[in-house]
Amino acid sequence: MKSKLVICIKEWILKNTIKDMTLSTKMMSRIKPFIFILLLLPSLLWIYKLSINNLGVNPIEKLMHNLGELALQLIIATLLVSSLAQLKYLRALQNLRRMIGLFAFYYVLLHLATYIVLDHYFNWEFLLKDVLKRPFISLGFISFLLLIPLALTSTKAMVKKLTYKVWKDIHKLIYIIAPLATMHFFLLTKADKKEPMIYLLIIFILYAWRIFIKVFKH
Amino acid sequence: MKILSSEITPYKAYLNRRTFIKGTLASSLITSFGTPSLAHHELGNDDFLNQLEENDSLNTYDEITNYNNFYEFGTGKTDPAEHSHDFKPIPWSVSVEGLVKNPATYYLEDILKGITLEDRVYRLRCVEGWSMVIPWQGFSLSLLINKFEPSSNAKYVQFETIFRPEEMPGQRRNVLPWPYVEGLRMDEAMHPLTILSTGLYGHSLLNQNGAPFRLVVPWKYGFKSIKSIVKIRFVEKEPQATWSFVNPREYGFYSNVNPEVDHPRWSQASERRIGKFSRRSTLMFNGYEKQVSYMYKGMDLKKYY
Repeated sequence: MKSKLVICIKEWILKNTIKDMTLSTKMMSRIKPFIFILLLLPSLLWIYKLSINNLGVNPIEKLMHNLGELALQLIIATLLVSSLAQLKYLRALQNLRRMIGLFAFYYVLLHLATYIVLDHYFNWEFLLKDVLKRPFISLGFISFLLLIPLALTSTKAMVKKLTYKVWKDIHKLIYIIAPLATMHFFLLTKADKKEPMIYLLIIFILYAWRIFIKVFKH
Repeated sequence: MKILSSEITPYKAYLNRRTFIKGTLASSLITSFGTPSLAHHELGNDDFLNQLEENDSLNTYDEITNYNNFYEFGTGKTDPAEHSHDFKPIPWSVSVEGLVKNPATYYLEDILKGITLEDRVYRLRCVEGWSMVIPWQGFSLSLLINKFEPSSNAKYVQFETIFRPEEMPGQRRNVLPWPYVEGLRMDEAMHPLTILSTGLYGHSLLNQNGAPFRLVVPWKYGFKSIKSIVKIRFVEKEPQATWSFVNPREYGFYSNVNPEVDHPRWSQASERRIGKFSRRSTLMFNGYEKQVSYMYKGMDLKKYY
């Protein structure tokens, strides 16, 4: 596998330096398994660290924060990847989007499971109150609910079944999910809003870029 | 008392740790103090544990010194332990101002002269929903207040943390308006449970815990227990307190631990004791209701949160 990656990088560099900057779909499919492992690894590492009690003094809080932070970053990454894929040379990035999106959902699920199981140990009465009463929890929960249809319709078969147009409309939900999830993080932050502000800024730039391209094209 | 002996840091281990810390981490700190009395033990092991209540067990030294909210060193929980090594708590002086007989600046050594340090095992409840049990060394703030002789107009006391951005990396960003300030009503300040602490687990406070001395008010949320104090000001009107100034809707001046009054963004009904898996119910006034509730009789604690 390692040699595959090396060959792939070499090829890409060669191509770049010689004539063509285009990231080919062939190269993309070679890189993909590595990105898969890269995205899976953090969850395995944190779960392992939790099991050997190596996640700091308040491990449940730490685990929940790490999972949520990465989930949010991956949600934003799907937006970024689609924007980059609009560039001629990087069109092949399209093929990465679904995997990143599904990993975002995977980390959201783990984040939610940590909250329900480890933090509140199935105290449903409390959890229900928390979701209804606390704006930041509500926002997180809504983001999760909105992600479900995206995850369920992520297969190629589903695109065919729904027709591309309907499928695309469903997946436009990501434009709502990204700012909601970021606000979920923003609201739970006590004083240092730098990190959520950076995410909001990235989302804003990506949206502005999209609108600009749309207007420009017409 | 139903405390498993395995839940309690054995006294021997605690002494060993002391030796270890003396030998490595904080040797310069402790030796340059020259006054080991800053954290001298008055109690033996049994007396110490007698201060623990049912269901309570001491948090380890490791936990208490590696999980802190001290935004002057950064907003992450491990930032204070990781980014406080440049801070120099020696020499230290405290300026006493406002409605007192003799406003002046005192050296910490002079303040501590003639004062006997006591062991106080207190629960500490953070507004974020976690808690610890900490064996502090310190003395009742009232001893000091009596020394300063405040006038009868002095209804409140305000405290101020040192401002040294060159030694405190967190202060280089305007996350909060520096310097950090906090305040107590005079009766709260004079209450025998309110202490100024100079040490924990038998040795001087580390920088991340508020060296060289800090306030500890066990029935209030942790942020009231201001660290690394350089100013004590006696005033007539309710003084500014940083968090309640920054966000008055979420943090009141009193900030008494109260499971019935939720923080707007999270519930205060339960807490996670650091080192324990399941949450426990938060107690009214953090379990010090018997001792302190008389001070708030007739007050609407939902209004004065």
